Amino acid sequence: MTPATDLNPRTHPQYFVELEEVTLSYGRDDKKINALGLTNLRLKQGDFVALVGPSGCGKSTVLKLVSGLINASTGHVYVAGRQVGAESVRVGMAFQNPTMLPWLSVRENVMLPLKIVPPFRQDYRAKRNGEFRDRADALLKEVGLENFGDKRPWQLSGGMLQRASLCRALVHEPQLLMLDEPFGALDQFTREELWAIMQELWTKLRPTVLLVTHDLKEAGYLANRICVMRARPGQIIDDAEVPFPRPRTIEMSYTPPFVALTQRLRELIVAARPQKEAA
Amino acid sequence: MGPQLRRHIWSGLFIVGFFVLWQALCWLFNVSDIVLPKPSEIIVTIIVRMPALWPHVLQTLYTTLIGFGLGIAIGIALGVVIGSSRLAYDVAYPLLIGFATIPKVAVVPIFVLWFGAGGVPAVLTAMIMCIFPIVVNVATGLATTEPELEEVMRALHASKLEILWNVGLPRTMPYFFASLKVSVTLAFVGTVISETVASNRGIGNVMMIASANFDVPLVFAGLLILAVLGVALYAVFSVIETNITGWAHRKDEVAIG
Repeated sequence: MTPATDLNPRTHPQYFVELEEVTLSYGRDDKKINALGLTNLRLKQGDFVALVGPSGCGKSTVLKLVSGLINASTGHVYVAGRQVGAESVRVGMAFQNPTMLPWLSVRENVMLPLKIVPPFRQDYRAKRNGEFRDRADALLKEVGLENFGDKRPWQLSGGMLQRASLCRALVHEPQLLMLDEPFGALDQFTREELWAIMQELWTKLRPTVLLVTHDLKEAGYLANRICVMRARPGQIIDDAEVPFPRPRTIEMSYTPPFVALTQRLRELIVAARPQKEAA
Repeated sequence: MGPQLRRHIWSGLFIVGFFVLWQALCWLFNVSDIVLPKPSEIIVTIIVRMPALWPHVLQTLYTTLIGFGLGIAIGIALGVVIGSSRLAYDVAYPLLIGFATIPKVAVVPIFVLWFGAGGVPAVLTAMIMCIFPIVVNVATGLATTEPELEEVMRALHASKLEILWNVGLPRTMPYFFASLKVSVTLAFVGTVISETVASNRGIGNVMMIASANFDVPLVFAGLLILAVLGVALYAVFSVIETNITGWAHRKDEVAIG
């Protein structure tokens, strides 16, 4: 895809996303806050990596760095061998809040990336009532919203909006998918249902996924690899493969090895909590 | 539909009642035409004088709409500039308020000085009258756009212009239309002020001459015509507003539907 000569000499061709000795701090001089300590993180293409850790540890910061929403203070972020922002990788993103545009219908919201992202944007006018519309509808059907494309966002429940938000993150077939606690605000049953949908979509489309979550069961269910972060400054303190076979099921999460995994993660996070909160 | 229809009937009755009360008080206290003409007289005056009034009505309407159009164009442009960055907002706001505070009547002689008496000062006065509410509303709408909505776009590597076009401006539409309803009535005020001071055409000029001749019914006829024009344009923008920014008024929709 990208010619080898264009690759930055400091990148490794076997990785799709690389954070090389990245730090991030806000403010200046004496009021400086280290949001992210020296961090290295590498993702292979098609991998599914979960970031877990205590609140305020900089999980979402890592996500924003990789998607180019914020810039690193020091170090480098590479996506597909290029500096982030200069790469032409399609990125999909889903947030904790569905953040639908209220003046558009649900379908139009889902189609938004097609309007913005090349190569789809060139054909948007021609295909928005044909191919693109069908593509959005197919995704909506997949998440059980086939009759809601024409509705306005406020006419849908929180869980439905979150499904639509997943559709929007996936409609342009992103090579890189960023999930910032997209299931966090949902009830347990909706959440488990969406995990299954997410796993299915990932298996089918195989984007590289970086998932930020508080939910250890979610991380164990969805991810190939789980990175544990500690707070102040944010840093990755543990990086482990998840060995369970796919497709994974909710029942699996009650088996001893799965429980052992979440317990181990829990202990790591408790130990990593900032002293003030732990006391 | 029921409660809404009832609301319309009540507001209609309220307007009719106002004029009936006016008429009754004039009868009751035997008020002279020179002080306060009866509504019936005003309406008769309008009908009888219509052939002579009509060109002036058109002149005022035409002047107002051109001034209003220019005001919208400049207002949006300034609003977008001021609203799109915190710095521009902070820097430009004091000067903007300074300009808004200047009584517009005081500006008319300057326009006359620059452009001569007639249509141009009237258009310009109408324009500066309606710029301020538009600028403030567009700027506020843009400045208060939820960062989450912009982040959705930025995550897709959208350009600043695309974010403005797809998020900023649609998000600002309810503010914009609210300001249009205020501005269109202000534009009329601007036109009439200028016509009164320095023009030989338009309703403002007619009223000026009529009051000099103590033709009070004609003065009131002019006022009534202006009120009707103002309400009509207000209604037009109200309808456009409900069609374009219906998403922002969903409470009503839920209550009715």
